[in-house]
Amino acid sequence: MQVKTRSKMFTRAAVGYGQPENTLTDPVVLALPGTLPVMNKEALDKIIKAGLLLGCSIAPVCKWDRKNYFYPDSPKNYQISQYDQPICRGGSVEIELPGPSRNVMGEHKHIELTRIHLEEDVGKLNHGEGVSLVDFNRAGTPLMEIVSEPVIRSADEAFAYLTALKTVMIYGGISDCDMEKGQLRCDANISIRPAGATALGTKVELKNLNSFSFVRDGIEHEIRRQLAVVQSGGTIAQETRDYDGQAGTSQSLRSKEMAHDYRYFPDPDLMPVEVDEAWKSALRAECPEMPFDRQRRLQKDYGVPYTITSVLVPDRELGDFFEEAARACGRPQAAANWIANDLLRELGAAKASLAQSKVRPQHVAALVKLVEDGVILSNAAKEVFIDMFQTGEMPAAVVERRGLKAETNLDELERWCAEAIAANPKSVADYKGGKESALNAFKGPVMRAAKGKADPKRVDETLRRLLSP
Amino acid sequence: MAEELFNESVSELSRLMAQGSLSSVDLMRAVIARTKAVDPRIRAFNSFDEADALAQARASDERRAEAKASGSGGPPRPLEGIPIGMKDVISVAGQPLTASSQILAGFISPYDATATRKLKEAGAICWGRLNLDEFAMGSSTENSAFGTTSNPWDLERVPGGSSGGSAAAVAAGEAIASLGSDTGGSIRQPAALCSVVGMKPSYGRVSRYGLIAFASSLDQIGPFARSVEDAATVLGVISGHDPRDSTSLKIDVPDYNRGIADFVKAGRRWKLGVPKEYFGDGLDPEVGAAVQAAIDEYRRMGCEIREVSLPHTKYAVGAYYIIATAECSSNLARFDGVRYGHRSAAATDAVDLYFKSRAEGFGPEVKRRIILGTYVLSSGYYDAYYLRAQKVRTLIRRDFLEAYKEVDAIVTPTSPTPAFKKGEKAANPLAMYLNDIYTIGVNLAGLPGISLPCGFTKSGLPIGLQVIGQPFRETELLAVARGYEERTHWRERRPKL
Repeated sequence: MQVKTRSKMFTRAAVGYGQPENTLTDPVVLALPGTLPVMNKEALDKIIKAGLLLGCSIAPVCKWDRKNYFYPDSPKNYQISQYDQPICRGGSVEIELPGPSRNVMGEHKHIELTRIHLEEDVGKLNHGEGVSLVDFNRAGTPLMEIVSEPVIRSADEAFAYLTALKTVMIYGGISDCDMEKGQLRCDANISIRPAGATALGTKVELKNLNSFSFVRDGIEHEIRRQLAVVQSGGTIAQETRDYDGQAGTSQSLRSKEMAHDYRYFPDPDLMPVEVDEAWKSALRAECPEMPFDRQRRLQKDYGVPYTITSVLVPDRELGDFFEEAARACGRPQAAANWIANDLLRELGAAKASLAQSKVRPQHVAALVKLVEDGVILSNAAKEVFIDMFQTGEMPAAVVERRGLKAETNLDELERWCAEAIAANPKSVADYKGGKESALNAFKGPVMRAAKGKADPKRVDETLRRLLSP
Repeated sequence: MAEELFNESVSELSRLMAQGSLSSVDLMRAVIARTKAVDPRIRAFNSFDEADALAQARASDERRAEAKASGSGGPPRPLEGIPIGMKDVISVAGQPLTASSQILAGFISPYDATATRKLKEAGAICWGRLNLDEFAMGSSTENSAFGTTSNPWDLERVPGGSSGGSAAAVAAGEAIASLGSDTGGSIRQPAALCSVVGMKPSYGRVSRYGLIAFASSLDQIGPFARSVEDAATVLGVISGHDPRDSTSLKIDVPDYNRGIADFVKAGRRWKLGVPKEYFGDGLDPEVGAAVQAAIDEYRRMGCEIREVSLPHTKYAVGAYYIIATAECSSNLARFDGVRYGHRSAAATDAVDLYFKSRAEGFGPEVKRRIILGTYVLSSGYYDAYYLRAQKVRTLIRRDFLEAYKEVDAIVTPTSPTPAFKKGEKAANPLAMYLNDIYTIGVNLAGLPGISLPCGFTKSGLPIGLQVIGQPFRETELLAVARGYEERTHWRERRPKL
């Protein structure tokens, strides 16, 4: 996972994506003779924060090792990484499995982590006709490698794990996790075993899982492949396989015997960095509430239903937006409905992000209050919302400009109702005779008289009151 | 004297230039003329850029003139106008950087090493590219891909190594001072063999940024000069923490020469340790006698001489060749023919490109060390070799620190023998490795060490005295060396060329 930093892991060159080839480089990135790495503290801060969020234990010393192997995308032909002393150990990721339906919360469980360590990314090879060109723009970008324990039981769990991990990392500002930009990459180790067996089977590593769906499909594909091998009397060979998500096929990349000897040793160019309690507490103070904790809180404290919290919470900004609006209007459920339904619908239609939205929490809060106070009716409120989404004007101004104020002269309403009753004795008799639907016969004339600006609920109440014995 | 400007000290030349009786351009011209006259025989330089050197000298003269005209000068920069030779492993922007290897033949470095930048900021002229054993691996300069440097005192003999070019250039008047690098003795041993002062600072004192790495945990840049004072001046310029090298320490850099003067003024009587392990088999009798005479001189100065023990000395060479080769096998992986340097024309694919470019580009000693280093880091051997060597390293450092509870500095021979003949040890790597037996421990322990002239053999070959100091106590070390230098005249001798 790419750690969100301005400069590279061990030099000042900028991190970026989509720039012209080999422009995000400097002598250190290109491993010119004599250059030395210097650690980016921001990257270390972020991985420690990730560790704190996930409940990992943080190593007292951050130590660096060299992983030696030759490949043209690797400028030094070794990668600076962490081998035997990862900065984070243990911890877990809380996940939610798919529920019985979309409206019902699924089962939660924790996926234990083995370790998280920091390393630098390599460059990119572009293969052309007869030549391969190397682009070192990505080389040296800080990467976090997150290793989970062998406790994921299905492709769905793997999917849920990645989803939850991504949400936490975005919440913490640790990574943007944009898979299209290669900011989140995943390898899966898969093994099967007979039901009831305790020992894990031989594992196969699946590489090139470029999207969450490919991860799910790839794992399902590999489970089927291993089952077929075992059922036909074969044994699983430990190997690394390349998964082709488009074709839904995989092929062997290398066997266990072909595994690299990386000749790890401590990098003599980098001094170990001590991580003390003060450093950790400063970072802990910056850690946000975890997404699932927030979801539980919104459900409990605000009474917002699961169907809506599951929309509001995964996006931290949207959650913040909601909480601000809810605090401002004191009607969290109404605010939640406006945001989860109307705002998201309009943003989707406009292909805009929340940050671009002209509707801010105070708009939503004000709109909720107008409806609550009976200033406008719900139909008019929908119209106001669309208007303020376009213009960014506060709802009161929109109501004023468009003349959407609800008819609030109760004496007038009372008179219109009385007139409608007086004009239709047959329906009065029907109603009094027990025919509930006869009430509707009075509503049309009342609404006509009110030019549509009467609250139907209030009309209903008034009619019933006047007709009651 | 005027015709032998090139043989003067930094301090004297600075005085002349400050007086206005000498310009940097005149000095540079004298050094260029001398180099052209003697370097065909010495071959200290891989290359030099006459026009660039003169341009730097002119710029220096202009700075001096401007400062004088405006009266706002203040004290001149410490190396204003002084040509400093550069080992061809320290990067100078726009100049070749070859490490005396075919794999970097033709490579021009686009950036300044931190030491280079500091020299330039101090007014120095970065002068030429000085020969070395390929990638600083060797003790004779015979491992250079571009030819062997000759010892100015006997052209049939080696100048030592790996910084042989840096030592020979200062000895032969081709540079006023120079920079070298020392991984296991690569400054001190050639200094001893060429009768100049050569100093390796404490590990972490001088930034390694821009020094082609041989063994990162052992390498340090240091000066060659004609006097302890000059060495201290250059060291003062290049020392200090560098944000581009996280192994350079955030420790204040003292004014070394003022510190030396203070100690001399105070008449400090040093307690000096003589390690018995450094005077055993393999020490040439004439070298042993000269070093003994130097120790006697210290005693006459009122210093207290104590025998000390460095019991793990016998493991130093073994530990060194594991750690240094392990690090070099990784450090030299970047020379692959992909981004710069030699690229084989015969390669058919990426893997073949590595094999052929490296096979064609590296010399035999470099290959030997890469193979050795790759082996000791291999899965299953790491604990037995690398890890154990690191433990030995800790013990060696502890030996020194233990000794320093009793003494201020340690005095030893720099090299077990004087300069040997070219080709004499070329076929026997182990004999060559043993030439560094007295210098390696200092690198393993991260200590400062200096070699200074302490005599000549009957046949006229220089002998060097090594003084080893405490971590980051360079001033004391230089003062001990200066005390001896002041009472002897070895440094005034010049080779006849």
